[in-house]
Amino acid sequence: MSFWEYANPRKFMATTDRLLKPVFVLAALCLGTGLIWGFFFTPDDFKQGSTVKIIYLHVPSAMMAINVWAMMLITSLVWLIRRHHVSALAAKAAAPIGATMTLMALFTGAVWGQPMWGTWWEWDPRLTSFLILFLFYLGYMALWASVENPDTAADLTSVLCLVGSVFAILSRYAVNFWNQGLHQGASLSLDKEENVADVFWLPLVVCIAGFVLLFVALVLLRTRTEIRLRRIGALEMKERLA
Amino acid sequence: MPDLGTYALEVTLAYAGSLGLLCALLAVSFVQARRAKRLLDETERRHSDG
Repeated sequence: MSFWEYANPRKFMATTDRLLKPVFVLAALCLGTGLIWGFFFTPDDFKQGSTVKIIYLHVPSAMMAINVWAMMLITSLVWLIRRHHVSALAAKAAAPIGATMTLMALFTGAVWGQPMWGTWWEWDPRLTSFLILFLFYLGYMALWASVENPDTAADLTSVLCLVGSVFAILSRYAVNFWNQGLHQGASLSLDKEENVADVFWLPLVVCIAGFVLLFVALVLLRTRTEIRLRRIGALEMKERLA
Repeated sequence: MPDLGTYALEVTLAYAGSLGLLCALLAVSFVQARRAKRLLDETERRHSDG
């Protein structure tokens, strides 16, 4: 069996129909466990106090903000190269999720930054690149909504996705590229010295798994919606021509 | 409820805002999914009748 079979909408709908519920249940379990563990059963940090608990929302949402765009980049490339409609619709379906994750990362970062840095906002390289990434998400969704022909919309948004990928990469590596600004380095690292302490790390990993699973569940649900809307459009077109 | 100390407002605000955003995203996604399914069923029925 080939992976490309899932580019067939019927095959995609049949497979995701079976997958959707288990993925949603797993996501709820992971998110519930991680957030309850992090919020109720982890100690305060000696410097940050209880604001360290914001890490369980901020880090996973920021990771997803970048990785959702990476997923959109891959599916956009598949559309541009192989013209599979499901991949273009999956990119369209993922955009509102990515925008929400980016907004959540910006919001939790601002709420954490106020007591820790003494400011809600700073034109720091990472913060600024995240804001631009958020604007790219909005522009991407607006472009899909403003072009009537779905194939033309898919072409234009795919190109926009390629351009926006520069900011997705900048968002990830801004701290390393420009060694300035307020934002600290990555909270998760293979280097034990840089990584957060185990007591925070374990619930954080569970939360990240929860966010990833929630994204998978939502993107499947929303892609199914987009496939149905496309089918409605095709049937209505047939009715008009008959 | 854990003792959040001097940063109780910030932590509560971060959790309330984020969970609110997630719930809104879930609600919109489910409402749109249900509406699309209903519309497709109606359109297919009309199409097969006509």
